[in-house]
Amino acid sequence: MIENIDLSLVNWSRGQFALTAMYHWLFVPLTLGITFILAIMETIYVRTGDEHWKKVTKFWMTLFGINFAIGVATGIILEFEFGTNWSNYSWFVGDIFGAPLAIEGIMAFFLESTFIAVMFFGWNKVSKKFHLAATWLVAIGANLSALWILVANAWMQHPTGMHFNPDTVRNEMLNFWEVLFSPVAVNKFLHTVTSGFVLASVFVVGISSWFLLRKRELLFAHRSIIVATIFGIMSTLYVIVTGDGSAKKIVQVQPMKLAAMEGLYNGQEGAGLTAIGVISGSKDDPENKNMENFAFRIEIPNFLSYMAYGKSNAFVPGINDLIKGNPERGIMSAGEKIERGRYAREMLREYKKARETNDSTGIQILQAMFTDQNFINDYFRYFGYGFIENIDQLIPNVPLSFYSFHLMVGLGFYFLIFFILFLIYAIRKKLEQRRWILRLALLTIPLAYITSMSGWTLAEMGRQPWVIQDLMPTFAAVSQIDSGTVRITFWLFAAIFTMLLIAEIKIMTTQVKAGPKDGGH
Amino acid sequence: MKRNILSGVIMFYVDGFRNLSSLGRRLWLIILIKLFVIFILLRLLFFPDFLKSEYNSDKERSEHVLEQLTR
Repeated sequence: MIENIDLSLVNWSRGQFALTAMYHWLFVPLTLGITFILAIMETIYVRTGDEHWKKVTKFWMTLFGINFAIGVATGIILEFEFGTNWSNYSWFVGDIFGAPLAIEGIMAFFLESTFIAVMFFGWNKVSKKFHLAATWLVAIGANLSALWILVANAWMQHPTGMHFNPDTVRNEMLNFWEVLFSPVAVNKFLHTVTSGFVLASVFVVGISSWFLLRKRELLFAHRSIIVATIFGIMSTLYVIVTGDGSAKKIVQVQPMKLAAMEGLYNGQEGAGLTAIGVISGSKDDPENKNMENFAFRIEIPNFLSYMAYGKSNAFVPGINDLIKGNPERGIMSAGEKIERGRYAREMLREYKKARETNDSTGIQILQAMFTDQNFINDYFRYFGYGFIENIDQLIPNVPLSFYSFHLMVGLGFYFLIFFILFLIYAIRKKLEQRRWILRLALLTIPLAYITSMSGWTLAEMGRQPWVIQDLMPTFAAVSQIDSGTVRITFWLFAAIFTMLLIAEIKIMTTQVKAGPKDGGH
Repeated sequence: MKRNILSGVIMFYVDGFRNLSSLGRRLWLIILIKLFVIFILLRLLFFPDFLKSEYNSDKERSEHVLEQLTR
């Protein structure tokens, strides 16, 4: 299979998808989080009747509006790419990907667009309570929209609730609820949206700090910081809890990703978690022995075992265990999985032959085989391994997975300390005197975006070579199209998205400089 | 009654768009240009649905993907 694949096409298609997804994600997390911050601020306004809270709400609502307007529909391009560049994948996933995306489209259109109109056009026209309800519904709607795309992504990380139909060559949904409430999907949704809450909180604290540095709108900035830091602390704690939940799921369904994100080559009982580490090159160390592949490392003893299994002495498989197999621990070798995957593919070839020769008996037998639970569990679940020619293809980019994971976690804990410090200084009314922390808040805004991108880099790069875990490798998912076209659209997207990003920053900066305005209800 | 509600909703949107601030107008312009670029230029020129444009029926599409997955 691999020799028939144009790797330049695969790489450009992957690069294009990564580029569009990452640019799209620049806009999404701020929307997810700032809508809730707005709703909290407006609730305080409605409950207290204090007009200043309305001024605060309207300012952040304007920034939300800019972000929403610039970001809206940028995700549609990803759907175009599925149909053009990734047609084998799109067909193979069948209605499992289509159904959540369709729900997302409908929800996004009706919930968000209806209530966003009330949010922006409704001041002075609808009652305060109706307006508040609309603001809350925008926040809930935006986050529910994210739910569906995250459910689809979670299915790719852990396919469940479906069966493969060799006749249609599609995975067909057997149980919608199993897809929706798969533990991976639930954790992914909660972890991702709450990470958006953290980013939005950092954004609000950072912009408010700018006002304090300029000695402008002090009450506005102070109130915004109080709401954002409390929301930020709660969100960060929740991100930590859901991150822990994600790790426990990853070790079950994507153990290679867990090994890669920790740079763990040889499995261990009581494995320690690398708090800070620098991976050394592996050219002089082809075996990459566990303790030799770090130039520098500070370890928290036993913590990886605890994080993965909730037990400090549990065995955590390393990359070598997963490749070579570890019979003592009941871990199947990659070679065995490849053999099983090849058998499943061979059966699909037999089915194709039977269909071409109108061999109805053969068709019936093979159709029955693809619904037989033993065949599914023992062979079809390794279908994607049947495409693998070189065992090294099964190892994701270890340094990238390692650094993106550690950057995400390290900055996550930094945000917690950052919010707590800010809240303490804000309550003591000492923020204006601590100019260093105000400057730090401005610098923290890009760090929040870097953290968010690191999370997605780990999620998507750490699961390679799979586009659908164990069922379809990324290189088998591409359409046979001209790689030149993909290159052209890659640069076209890079230009369009960069223009949008510049527009966002420019318009937002102008609005921030203009500051909050009075007026309304 | 239903008509009053409907006309009220329509007027709500009409008034909202009529009284847009200069920022609102600029954002709507960006949205419209972006939608034009995405749905007209990109979709039509660069992003046809590969299987829909190359094959006429689901049977042909499934045969193509089957060929791709078994070659």
